[in-house]
Amino acid sequence: MLRQPIDLPPIVSVELIQISDKTNIPYAPKARKVIEKVKKEEKRVVSEQAPPKAKKKEKPDRIPMPDEKKEKKQLVKKKQNPEDVKPEIRQSSEFEKKEIIDTNEIAALINKAKEEAALTEKTSSKLTQSSQKNSFATGLTLSQEDALRAQFFGCWTIPLGIPYDDDNLLVRIKLKLKKDGTVLKSEVLDHERMNRPDQKFYKILAESVLRAIRICQPLKVPPTGYEKWKDLQLNFNPADMLKG
Amino acid sequence: MKKIFIISLLLILKTTFAHSLIKVDITRGNLDPLPIAVSPLHVDPKSDSYQDIKVKALGDRISEVIENNFRATGLFNPLKKDAFVQKPDIAHLKPRFEDWRLIKAQALVTGKLLVKEGKLKIEFRLWDLTASKEMIALAFTTTPTNWRRVAHIISDKIYERLTGEEGYFDTRVIYVAESGPKDKRIKKLAIMDQDGANTKYLTLGNELVLTPRFNPANQLVTYLSYFRNLPRVYLLDIETGVQEVVGNFPGMTFAPRFSPDGKKIIMSFAKDGNSDIYTMDMETRVAERITDHSSIDTSPSYSPDGKYIAFNSDRSGLQQIYVMKSDGSNVKRVTFGKGLYGTPVWSPRGDLIAFTKVRKGRFYIGVMRVDGTGERLLTENYYQEAPSWSPNGRVLIFYRETKSDSKGQGHSAKLWSIDITGYNERQIKTETDASDPSWSSLLSK
Repeated sequence: MLRQPIDLPPIVSVELIQISDKTNIPYAPKARKVIEKVKKEEKRVVSEQAPPKAKKKEKPDRIPMPDEKKEKKQLVKKKQNPEDVKPEIRQSSEFEKKEIIDTNEIAALINKAKEEAALTEKTSSKLTQSSQKNSFATGLTLSQEDALRAQFFGCWTIPLGIPYDDDNLLVRIKLKLKKDGTVLKSEVLDHERMNRPDQKFYKILAESVLRAIRICQPLKVPPTGYEKWKDLQLNFNPADMLKG
Repeated sequence: MKKIFIISLLLILKTTFAHSLIKVDITRGNLDPLPIAVSPLHVDPKSDSYQDIKVKALGDRISEVIENNFRATGLFNPLKKDAFVQKPDIAHLKPRFEDWRLIKAQALVTGKLLVKEGKLKIEFRLWDLTASKEMIALAFTTTPTNWRRVAHIISDKIYERLTGEEGYFDTRVIYVAESGPKDKRIKKLAIMDQDGANTKYLTLGNELVLTPRFNPANQLVTYLSYFRNLPRVYLLDIETGVQEVVGNFPGMTFAPRFSPDGKKIIMSFAKDGNSDIYTMDMETRVAERITDHSSIDTSPSYSPDGKYIAFNSDRSGLQQIYVMKSDGSNVKRVTFGKGLYGTPVWSPRGDLIAFTKVRKGRFYIGVMRVDGTGERLLTENYYQEAPSWSPNGRVLIFYRETKSDSKGQGHSAKLWSIDITGYNERQIKTETDASDPSWSSLLSK
């Protein structure tokens, strides 16, 4: 059987134009004025902040032993969840009684501290409730954290196209903030993933996070304790929302 | 000395670990579609006229096609043009980001076009309005009659840049166009762009046609038609119009589908009340039997790597979905839920199988993992079936039959699409009633 071919359009040729992050096209006159004004303001604020205010020198106290830190955490936990006392935390108090007498023990301490730091990192990447308690213990109150979270609820448009079952969707951003919550600098901590061809969803997600930070700023930060929160790490993970 | 050493080490420890960075977990955002502004493309005043195309209106029409594509995804919210703050030509040179941000847009599409010496040259840019930077810029050259395809290609590029997934706009859908009363239904093969535009009819309606399927590698289509009252699998080359029967089987052949490389057709062959699955090599024309069972084995569909085949069979007593190796070995039942399962279609991503489920007189379109776990029913209705995947494995198209009036009389069949999340169910407008849709791969690939 032979039929008349149907009239279908030919294939389109595609020509690439070079793409650059920053366009080399000059600013429109009105835009130039606005941009220069913003830049000036930013510069002024930065210069106002440096050098930092002279502070009374703190006494270099003996650094708390890792075991002591744990005890502090335990105290916090007692407030939040009295029955949740892990056996290993109780065991750790035995170390307190020992005196540091040789370098081997110091080396062991360093290793232990590193392990703790790594553990904290791992825990934060899993986004458990304990990490929230941890950040509470180090700077912001829970209500201050909640205010930040609530702010991002409006600003962060989660890209709906990313796979909902991907377990590797954590974007960690380190921020340097001004006193009024304006973002001086934002850094994607795993930025090397942004350019990996097999991590294109990470790039899309990280871009959405950066957009959210720009839209959200100035961030709702506490009126006091600037030194504590001027550097802030935000861990964005949309997994729960995407899974519904 | 030892004490000093110890103290200095402890100080180092303190600076390293004691002042830990405050970390806040953000796990809630909004799932609103991304607000995007699609500026009309600027038409270069030096443009020539071309046949019956209204060149001056092309900029608006192209941006409309892009907007409609985005809106149909459910992932984007194209903003109303009334609120736009910059002329298309100036915005394309350098948007006033702060002004565009005022209308709550997060991304902006600008572009310009020129028709000269019978060629249409289009360029576009995608801007990140919060970062005040360009995200992608491309140019296309083609014949002016191709303007809709260019609009789809631009949509694909933007979609890919903003979602990380390949787009699916520069694609076609082949389906069965239906007209007339149910007992005298005329069924023709029809093809259209995925957005419902450019409908063409491939057959005249003299013979009944069913289940058309695209070849993923080229412009061939396989489908079922009746020859001397016997259903047979046919092959049609859309570009040349050449049509032929596939194989010389002494009985009915039906439920055809191409292998992922387009070199084989897999189908059912029925004889003496038993149907089994066969493949036909397109080059050698050699048929190979894949299943050999006394039950009804049908609706075969390859995995994208060609190593496995999903099909439905009633070998357990009720129609269920099975998966086997492509040589027919290692047959495993994967569905065990209540009801009947049929028409399995393997996702182009390879991770899911879409299916039709019938339970208590209701029809469901669903997806599950390839081992049968994680079943999710996406949509339920009185009668619906035949899911087909978009080439990026994100969207399913299927058809749904309804009674055409309030008294439950008449009969109407329409094409619908749904996102694999179960959201964004939409009817795709067709000129006539429509059934058995099949989505092509990307034309520009």
